[in-house]
Amino acid sequence: MATATDRVRLPDENGHFGIFGGRFIPETLMGPVEELREAYEKYLADPAFLAELDADLADYVGRPSPIYHATNLSEKVGGAQIYFKREDLNHTGAHKVNNAIGQALLAKRMGKTRIIAETGAGQHGVATATVAARLGLECVVYMGAEDVERQKANVFRMRLLGARVVPVESGSRTLKDALNEAMRDWVTHIDDTFYIIGTVAGPHPYPAMVRDFQSVIGRESRRQMLDKTGRLPDALVACVGGGSNAIGLFHPFLDDEQVALYGVEAGGDGVETGRHSAPLSAGRPGVLHGNRTYIMEDARGQIIGTHSISAGLDYPGVGPEHSWLKDSGRAHYVAVNDDQAVRAFHEVTLTEGIMPALETAHALSYAMTLAGEMEREQSILVNFSGRGDKDMETVAKMEGWEL
Amino acid sequence: MSRIGEVFEQCRAANRAALVPYVTAGDPRPGDTVDLMHAMVAAGADVIELGMPFSDPIADGPVIQKAHERALKHSVGVHDVLDMVREFRREDGDTPVVLMGYLNPIEYMGVDVFASGAADAGVDGVLVVDAPPEESADLHRAIESRGMDSIFLVSPTTSDERIGIIGRVCAGYVYYVSVKGVTGASGTDWGAVAERVDNLRRLVDLPVGVGFGIGTPEDAASVGRFADAAIVGSAVIRLIEAHGDDREAMLKAIRDLLAGMRRAMDAG
Repeated sequence: MATATDRVRLPDENGHFGIFGGRFIPETLMGPVEELREAYEKYLADPAFLAELDADLADYVGRPSPIYHATNLSEKVGGAQIYFKREDLNHTGAHKVNNAIGQALLAKRMGKTRIIAETGAGQHGVATATVAARLGLECVVYMGAEDVERQKANVFRMRLLGARVVPVESGSRTLKDALNEAMRDWVTHIDDTFYIIGTVAGPHPYPAMVRDFQSVIGRESRRQMLDKTGRLPDALVACVGGGSNAIGLFHPFLDDEQVALYGVEAGGDGVETGRHSAPLSAGRPGVLHGNRTYIMEDARGQIIGTHSISAGLDYPGVGPEHSWLKDSGRAHYVAVNDDQAVRAFHEVTLTEGIMPALETAHALSYAMTLAGEMEREQSILVNFSGRGDKDMETVAKMEGWEL
Repeated sequence: MSRIGEVFEQCRAANRAALVPYVTAGDPRPGDTVDLMHAMVAAGADVIELGMPFSDPIADGPVIQKAHERALKHSVGVHDVLDMVREFRREDGDTPVVLMGYLNPIEYMGVDVFASGAADAGVDGVLVVDAPPEESADLHRAIESRGMDSIFLVSPTTSDERIGIIGRVCAGYVYYVSVKGVTGASGTDWGAVAERVDNLRRLVDLPVGVGFGIGTPEDAASVGRFADAAIVGSAVIRLIEAHGDDREAMLKAIRDLLAGMRRAMDAG
């Protein structure tokens, strides 16, 4: 097994995390992703770039996001103390903007004038459209036709921000197909276009680059927990679709062996039903969207449709670094079903007065279970990755309300 | 020498470029594929590229995406594709068949099982669109050790250094992607492509096939002037889409298209 230090330094120069990651892409993209890797490595060591990024994260996004001790919830569960890392308080309401800003600034340095993105629930699309509006870049967002229907409010937000939203009608008409279509757009407009991938998937350097932009979450958290409690948390919990908020929280803690890491996948109707989005829990290694990772596939190696109540977790793959963390045993991955997530949504809303995104509710559900098994003196930090406003329609429908 | 090498030798001796049509196996129905292959050979095809259906074909434009979707409705998998090649070989022992597809279904089967099965069925070459040389050493060894050719893409964005890397593992022919884009493009500047192909020839000693965007007999003739092969995909698939319900009309339309291309190429 790799040593702790190796773990933090991954991926290797070819973008591999053990057997995972890499560059499984058509030849036309090989040159552009290499150009991107060079730019990313150059600017991530450039003090002027980092200063601009830090200033934007502070004044535009509102960082650092606070850590909140959820005393009511902790009391109710009666176990470990539960803390929230409040990514829901970021501009645009989720962690996605941390990465969108980083990549958009990079695009600008590279002289690209056109931004494209894929989106599932619409959070990454909104974050990208927001940043593109501010930087004066043309923006096109690919979104599965089914998701366009499910997430009308976010589609409208993107349009108000000046982005063109393209509904994708191919395949299963969801996030994976939006990613396919964005890749096709990129291949066709290589010269002026920068593709802002929203999660830690895609070909190298995306999984490493998106992780690095999201790691601000874990860096802040580590310092804040030490300030607040005098020690590191005993466990970190985050939801995992592609896995960008989870890796952003986990990565700065990888060498802190005493901190347990839990990634929570979407169990949908239940992993045993096959209707879920939990490749780490029930998939196997394969190749999708430019990297080798755990995926969901049928008996012929075709990628299969996924299910989750939360569009943001509805993805048949996962970032390759999570696959590596799973196989190396450093992180644990569990699944939380739709109904459990919705229960957690209500419970946290009622006890703490904070409404989580349905994605985040998956992490909260598992955190409550875990807290119950731990001592009161112990602590759990949950990445409160996004706010629930976008899910009002979904929750209302479940309650039988018309909005 | 492989069957692919022999065909290019013959073409060179006859001072003609090869015509290489593509169809997706199982499109529009599994029972049509072998007949389509024979019809294309009868109309002048020198090599056949046979697509293996995949749920997420990121290098393909809308026309070929739909072909994959139609084939997948019939649950056509890699095993089925190999069966089709085996059936084609019962009547045609000469025309090379190149499988073109994406990595995941091959890896699911296992690269060695796939390579043995393909060689046994009579496959001559394999092109895996999302498996560049850096990531496909095992697959490449499996294909090469069974006497088949590993075919790779070169694109307008491929550096000379990478062309060198590709040239060391590529066999049979190099597939030059004529545009920055997906399959089914149009309005290509063939003069610019010819310059790139000249550069490619200086770096790699293999026949060069050009594809992506050859839609008309005029396109095929233009490409035939500077390349060793014209590869035609979406233009064929469009006819399958248009005539899929009427088998005879579909076969006739494809025969007419390819025969027209062949005539235009032979006329120079």
